[in-house]
Amino acid sequence: MKPKQQLITVSAAIFSLLCLIRPAMADRVQAAVAANFTATAKEIAAGFEQATGHEVVLSFGSTGKLYTQIINGAPFDVFLAADAARPQKLVDSGEAVADSLFTYAVGQLVLWSNDENLIDAEGRVLKEKKLERLAIANPKTAPYGAAAVEALTAMGLWGEYETTAVRGDNIAQTYQMAYSGAVPAALVAHAQIALDDRGSGWMLPRELYSPIRQQAVLLTKSAHKEAAGAWIEYLQSEPVRAIIERYGYGLE
Amino acid sequence: MTGAILLTLKLAGLTTLILLLVGTPLAWWLSRNRVWWKDLISAVVALPLVLPPTVLGFYLLLAMSPQNAFGAFLKAHFGIVLPFTFEGLVLGSVIYSLPFVVQPIRNAFEAVGRGPLEVAATLRASPLDRFLTVALPLARPGFLTAAVLGFAHTMGEFGVVLMIGGNLPGETKVLSIAIYDYVESLEWTQAHILSGGMLLGSFLLIFTMMLIEKRSGRLY
Repeated sequence: MKPKQQLITVSAAIFSLLCLIRPAMADRVQAAVAANFTATAKEIAAGFEQATGHEVVLSFGSTGKLYTQIINGAPFDVFLAADAARPQKLVDSGEAVADSLFTYAVGQLVLWSNDENLIDAEGRVLKEKKLERLAIANPKTAPYGAAAVEALTAMGLWGEYETTAVRGDNIAQTYQMAYSGAVPAALVAHAQIALDDRGSGWMLPRELYSPIRQQAVLLTKSAHKEAAGAWIEYLQSEPVRAIIERYGYGLE
Repeated sequence: MTGAILLTLKLAGLTTLILLLVGTPLAWWLSRNRVWWKDLISAVVALPLVLPPTVLGFYLLLAMSPQNAFGAFLKAHFGIVLPFTFEGLVLGSVIYSLPFVVQPIRNAFEAVGRGPLEVAATLRASPLDRFLTVALPLARPGFLTAAVLGFAHTMGEFGVVLMIGGNLPGETKVLSIAIYDYVESLEWTQAHILSGGMLLGSFLLIFTMMLIEKRSGRLY
């Protein structure tokens, strides 16, 4: 055999071996996931990979940012948003599959500080305007930020905090700002602190803001529809719903 | 939108001013001194050139946090809280743009060489006199380059501001952050106006600097 033929034969052999290692059906799902769902999604992804053999690659960001990426051709298969508005817009423009739309979690807003003694059971420090600084997520791109503005407005506090509230790029950065102690407190997602005993927090009454219905949807341009469909289905299974609830989300 | 433009100009202007004041003696020392640890200082000064802005942002955030030693000290003794304030951005920008100002000035001082200064010394010029009336004027082109690069580099700063800025309109929402915000929220008309302006402005700045350098090169 000439060296070139030899190379081709060897490559072909290696390639067929590689094909044998993984089951032929296994595929890879690219999921765009709202930042508040980060920890939960990672736990679910591990179980999904074990259960189905498919791999899921998670990209986190604010819902608005991910939405912008999707309509500009980002190669995602599914979108787990932190609101219902943006998935609906994708359905309306034909970029998402209408009958795949469902609410995977209902989020809750929490005032949180890494200082154990700062926040009491009624969130008095916020209402009495004693916070030097407060971090919220950017209301333009992050649904939890929009909910924070809505809640502060309902409490008649937005005028006070509008000019001083620090805006995180997404809810993960917003949490980080308070976690690092750079700001005394932040309005974050309950899921971010639900499994952590540190600091102090106050769950905002639900009537202060519209329900944060987090919807997931399959994207039309997905090149891995089967695996993506399996992921959507897996999200609705009982064990996964239990995980989502454990992280402090409500379910519909 | 004009708020973001003015804020960015203010940040870049103030940063450049501070850097020229701090950078000049530093550059002079680096160009004259021969102690063995000079190269260590030199490397530290050049570090922001290669360091990812996120690394700088991360450590600045930790250092400035009122819960850590440096931040607690500032808060207790001066009542200053740096994270997510304009002052914090100035500090971050000074560190971030340091090499862009120090390096050109240092090069200019080195290009002046020992000759002119030794001649001045024989004419009984004091060290300060030699520095002010001989070294500084001869190094003038280096100062121009330093000021333009420091200013432009601060104008374009993004990663550090994203981490220690907090996107406060009128306080920390600089141009690059405003553009990022407009793009992410699909307000592309505004994004175009700001980006186009930046493109044109940056080009004019660099082009003017090159013209002036060319001309001053002929002069000296």
